[in-house]
Amino acid sequence: MDMPSPDASILARKARILARLAAVLPKDALIGDEAETRAYECDALSAYRCLPLAVVLPRTTAEVSAALRVCHEEGVPVVPRGAGTSLAGGAMPTADSVILGLARMTAVLETDYDNRFVHVETGRTNLSVTGAVEAEGFFYAPDPSSQLACAIGGNIAMNSGGAHCLKYGVTTNNLLGVRLVRMDGTVITLGGPWGEPSGLDLLGVVCGSEGQLGVVTEAWLRILPKPEGARPVLAGFSSNEVAGACVADIIRAGILPVAIEFMDRPCIRACEAFARAGYPECEALLIIEVEGSEAEIAEQLGRIRQIVLAHDPVEFREAGDEDEARRIWLGRKSAFGAMGQINDYMCLDGTIPVSALPLVLRRIGEMSRDFGLEVGNVFHAGDGNMHPLILYDANRPGDLERCEAFGAEILKLCVEVGGCLTGEHGVGIEKRDLMGVQFSAADLEAQMRVKDVFDPGWLLNPAKVFPLAASAGRRAG
Amino acid sequence: MRPASEAELAEAVAGSVGPLVIRGGATRFVGGAEGEVLQTSGLAGVVLYEPAALTLVVRAGTPLAEVEALLASERQRLAFEPPDLRGLLGREGVSTIGGVAAANASGPRRVQAGACRDAMIGVRFVTGRGEVVKNGGRVMKNVTGYDLVKLMAGSHGVLGVLSEVSFKLQAMPEAEATLVLEGLDDAAGLAALRRALGSPFDVSGAARVAGRSLLRVEGMAGSVSYRLGRLRQMLAGDATVLEGTASAALWREVREVTALAGRPGDLWRLALVPSAAAEVAAAVGGEAVFDRGGGLVWLLLPEGQGEALRTAIAGRGQAALIRGAGASPFAPEAAEVAALSAGLKAAFDPRGILNRGLI
Repeated sequence: MDMPSPDASILARKARILARLAAVLPKDALIGDEAETRAYECDALSAYRCLPLAVVLPRTTAEVSAALRVCHEEGVPVVPRGAGTSLAGGAMPTADSVILGLARMTAVLETDYDNRFVHVETGRTNLSVTGAVEAEGFFYAPDPSSQLACAIGGNIAMNSGGAHCLKYGVTTNNLLGVRLVRMDGTVITLGGPWGEPSGLDLLGVVCGSEGQLGVVTEAWLRILPKPEGARPVLAGFSSNEVAGACVADIIRAGILPVAIEFMDRPCIRACEAFARAGYPECEALLIIEVEGSEAEIAEQLGRIRQIVLAHDPVEFREAGDEDEARRIWLGRKSAFGAMGQINDYMCLDGTIPVSALPLVLRRIGEMSRDFGLEVGNVFHAGDGNMHPLILYDANRPGDLERCEAFGAEILKLCVEVGGCLTGEHGVGIEKRDLMGVQFSAADLEAQMRVKDVFDPGWLLNPAKVFPLAASAGRRAG
Repeated sequence: MRPASEAELAEAVAGSVGPLVIRGGATRFVGGAEGEVLQTSGLAGVVLYEPAALTLVVRAGTPLAEVEALLASERQRLAFEPPDLRGLLGREGVSTIGGVAAANASGPRRVQAGACRDAMIGVRFVTGRGEVVKNGGRVMKNVTGYDLVKLMAGSHGVLGVLSEVSFKLQAMPEAEATLVLEGLDDAAGLAALRRALGSPFDVSGAARVAGRSLLRVEGMAGSVSYRLGRLRQMLAGDATVLEGTASAALWREVREVTALAGRPGDLWRLALVPSAAAEVAAAVGGEAVFDRGGGLVWLLLPEGQGEALRTAIAGRGQAALIRGAGASPFAPEAAEVAALSAGLKAAFDPRGILNRGLI
């Protein structure tokens, strides 16, 4: 993974830059000591690390603004960081950059059940947003699997999804407004609790811009009344094709489950060995969850049962009680841990048209043999968002590179069949250099022009998202 | 100008010295843009329709009615219920899907299923520079690069000319019904709508027209009747139920704002924090149609009430004058935000030739 070489003039000015930051921030909001900045050298893409120049941890939007203004005047790149759970390297620093962490901005500023929104600071974790409103019967819908740890700021930067977005949408569909600090320190508000832009939908382009347009310090989020109940069923099939056809039939029948999760055989085996959820021996497994009152759940599950049984399943299991429901989800929720138990793994995130599922899984199997690396697939089947987990051994020379080459081939295949490189993790540094597979030079140029407007000096998270060669003329240094 | 392909469109824009007025069916434009008309009706046809993936890719000039008929043949639909505003705005013509996207035209189901922009998953467009740009695609989950799809939704043609739009679709429900609450004043009638929207009963429409509060539920037959019953219980009072086509006809009137069509005066479109709606409407008088539980208010006022209206809103939302002298599809922006919008406009259309005067 190439990163631009650090700007020597910035490294040489480190003492002066830290002194200027110290002058505008409380004492404990600035970290320059190497022993402490080490905690910020990487995010969840931990194969790549670099110590930043410094770390700032502001407590208010005014402090964020003051820190950015200093960095802007000094020409120092800034890497915004939520909780550091990015799987794409979105929060990975360069040696000449300042990490701006939101971890201390976690307040709930307003809850308004009558108008169904919550106004929070963006260092707050995803799950604790729901935590703040669930006593009143509400929840915040996007649920990335890292929701216990990941911050709303990072969710907005990556436009995070989750298992339940088939029904509730992703972050952008649940975001009403933000307070955004631009690189020059200007504080602006986009949208608001009424949920509409005044002019162009700038909020829409800020969401998912990977921290490159501004630092989002506050957000107005839509909250939803919790459904009366939810229940999963499990269905095992003798082939990926049959499972794929079953998903298509459920959707064609007009049923909208809140989640349809797909696991292939390698993944089922790993989960079974790790979590002992009692999954059947089969080639492909679906977990389908529906919501509503008891009667509504029964009505939907009745239709789903009919459709599943028509596909001659190896097994069809309905959760009779809470414990059985928990066991159905147990294996799926431990999938990443289970694969990690076997070896190091790289988690991909391409999306494909649902109809291409059997073809793509077959090709991934062939590539797995060619590259000599094992791969298991977990998959949000309703929306086509794949999560192939490629196993490799980080201690074996050449394995990581082989794994990355395999991953790149899978992502190219996703694009080739009409899909995209990333469905919910973001581009970061991980998929940056594959962007040319999906986009033409003009497509990328149009996106980079948006950054030119928001951050003319290209100081915010500059070496991410766009291929280095494409952004070279714009980035400083 | 009436290009017959995206390539021709790009050539036409690149070769034009402008200004150009982009025209789909001219059924929902607001505000004045002057110049040579660039007709998009030549860019028509369905590129891809995969019912089992709930995906539609369609060229921008395709008539909305054709799209809706095609989807209906597979018992599917556009979840955001694009309104036909010809009556309200006094227009003729044939609405195109590109015009729907460019106006982010969304109906009452927005409270449940989101706006047009939420259903848009991909675009192709030609910038004011004459370059062809694609963004998003045909899959539902896609965070690859910046989301220019959202930026183009509701941009009213000031950044580029849409040539193709992709949508995620919704299955048509088996049943729909509407609970009609009578005998409540605006404050109580809107409070009832907000209570219903805060319930787990999955309301897909919450409007107040002519003194009646309307709540729609859709889905499987058993589920619809269960939820109607629970809502009725929760909101005790005079209530009747309309089902099937009678319910559908009622919501057509809501989304087309029929109550205010063909009436003289300034027409305002307000986006509000819902609980402010009754008070704002009462403060300025005039006649109101409330949608989205009060989150959207159509207000008919005498001329020159802009100042009074903004005073009444007091930071709890925004107002755009949709019909009247100086009408614009956009509500006024704060100076720092307006500067960013102007910057984007200059980046995508540096010569300022597209729908000049709209922003």
